[in-house]
Amino acid sequence: MTPDGPTSEVTDVDPESRSELDRQRQDSSEPSPELAPPRITSSAIASTPAGSRADTEAKPGLSVKLEQLRAFYGDAEQVKGIDLEFRANEVTAIIGPSGCGKSTMVRCINRMHEEIPGARAEGRVLLDELDVYDPSVDVVAVRRAVGMVFQKPNPFPTMSIFDNVAAGPRLSSRRGGDLRAMVEAALRSAGLWDEVAERLDEPGAGLSGGQQQRLCIARSLAVDPEVILMDEPCSALDPIATLKIEELIDQLKTRVTIVIVTHNMQQAARVADRTAFMLGGELVEVGPTQEIFTKPNDSRTEEYVTGKFG
Amino acid sequence: MSAFGAPGERSESGQLARYAVSPARRRKDRLARGGILACTVIALIPLALIVYYLLRKGLGAWSTSFFTTDPTGNTFFGGSSIGGIKSAILGTVEIVALASAIAVPTGVGVAVWLVEYGRISWFAQTVRFFVDVLTGVPSIVFGLFVYIVLVVGTGSSYAGYKGSIALALLMLPVVIRSAEVILLLVPAALRESALALGAPRWRVIFNIVLPTALPGMVTGVLLAVARAAGETAPLLFTAAYTQKTNFNLGGFMNSLPVQIYKDVTSPTTAVVNRAWGAALALVTMILLLNLIARLIARRSRLA
Repeated sequence: MTPDGPTSEVTDVDPESRSELDRQRQDSSEPSPELAPPRITSSAIASTPAGSRADTEAKPGLSVKLEQLRAFYGDAEQVKGIDLEFRANEVTAIIGPSGCGKSTMVRCINRMHEEIPGARAEGRVLLDELDVYDPSVDVVAVRRAVGMVFQKPNPFPTMSIFDNVAAGPRLSSRRGGDLRAMVEAALRSAGLWDEVAERLDEPGAGLSGGQQQRLCIARSLAVDPEVILMDEPCSALDPIATLKIEELIDQLKTRVTIVIVTHNMQQAARVADRTAFMLGGELVEVGPTQEIFTKPNDSRTEEYVTGKFG
Repeated sequence: MSAFGAPGERSESGQLARYAVSPARRRKDRLARGGILACTVIALIPLALIVYYLLRKGLGAWSTSFFTTDPTGNTFFGGSSIGGIKSAILGTVEIVALASAIAVPTGVGVAVWLVEYGRISWFAQTVRFFVDVLTGVPSIVFGLFVYIVLVVGTGSSYAGYKGSIALALLMLPVVIRSAEVILLLVPAALRESALALGAPRWRVIFNIVLPTALPGMVTGVLLAVARAAGETAPLLFTAAYTQKTNFNLGGFMNSLPVQIYKDVTSPTTAVVNRAWGAALALVTMILLLNLIARLIARRSRLA
């Protein structure tokens, strides 16, 4: 895990130098050729990674391996010993009825579960061989490597579109490289640049729901994570906005590993390489999406995906 | 009134008649509305009378010299020689400013700890309980406490800063409680998404939580300041009373509430009138503070 990445051209971006930044942003109406490829393609996304990276290769994401993961709220065991691997640069969908522990399990991966008072987790979460629950591991570093997109779009209300995307690098004191270029790259990767390029100073909360969610994805991309967890990212969005997010997921997996919790089985079928089915805090079955939906091994999986319960 | 209870020929058609409001319900509705309105009017009467008397008696005392001269000890001869309330206004501003400088950072700090760190731990719950108790403590008790500890206890004399401490103690629970309520209004999702970006907790608090809560907190703080500015009891035996304008918080200090208290008990009509003028000045100052608080609250993103 290299949360800091190669930050060779570190130029400190202090509040004092914001005026310089603002001035640069003014000039953004005249895009320089290397910053503004005409169309957004998956290759363009791969070639404009978040500012600090110089290489043009699609960087592999990390695999995530859960070993006997248990999660508790007080005394209630919500996730009951799960072994599961999320392969690098694949999209894994987690499906299952409400309350089966999908979100809880996912929130254990970037240690957000423990933010809830009384909540704790046991077992191991291996991020490319490193256990994120190891006492020597800095929780802040884990969260930089494992980004998260929530159910409800939640841009920071006090911040502009630009500041929302810049929040990650700024808040994690990882100022380096050209902040404006990082923001642009993240917005491009989230497929939002063309829609907001002219109004980066407007509040992020003023965007539509789908744009806000893509802003949140851009925000998490700006810290250059290896894994992105998505907790029902489209459940508050209309079908068109959902489609955009799904296309985005497909493009993003060239650089990150994606875990997506969803209630929408068509969505799982559309975006996921592999699908895991959970029930009552336990993993019932995991496999290639095609197999889970057409010839599952477990009868409970079959009943769920064919709509007999849940 | 519902769309179905529309007047005229529509409600007479058989289809809609059953949606019409019956006369009995209409009477009950009027009665209830009338009752609530009466309560409002009754509550407004003393308010209106206070404002009326303040303006009528207070404005008469106002003049340029009223604001630019200190009160004199000469209270028995004539009107103009009794002086104004300059020292009282400046004293109130100084004492309250110091009190705010003590209570606001402390109170906001306590609220941040309660919401972000203490949460539901037993210690946090104990702190909340005692803060609630403190909110209900009469203001004179704070004055008495400071008098016992800082005046009698140290064997020293009255001083402006001792009054500030008494007022700060008075403000503290109000600031803590209002700030806590506002901080709780900041959506947990904002904290979580900031934490999920890999931001350290203190950065989340300073860069996300506090800016989001700021307008609401300013309102609560200004209301606490306004309350403290009007208190007489905590100042009587802490900052005491003096006629002279004093910029040294270590010495005796005049203040508007204490000035009013002294003047009202005077047998001289002109001095009693000065109390009215001072009261109007105090109310105006607090009104201005409240207006500022409301203007800021209107910009609040959480309201």
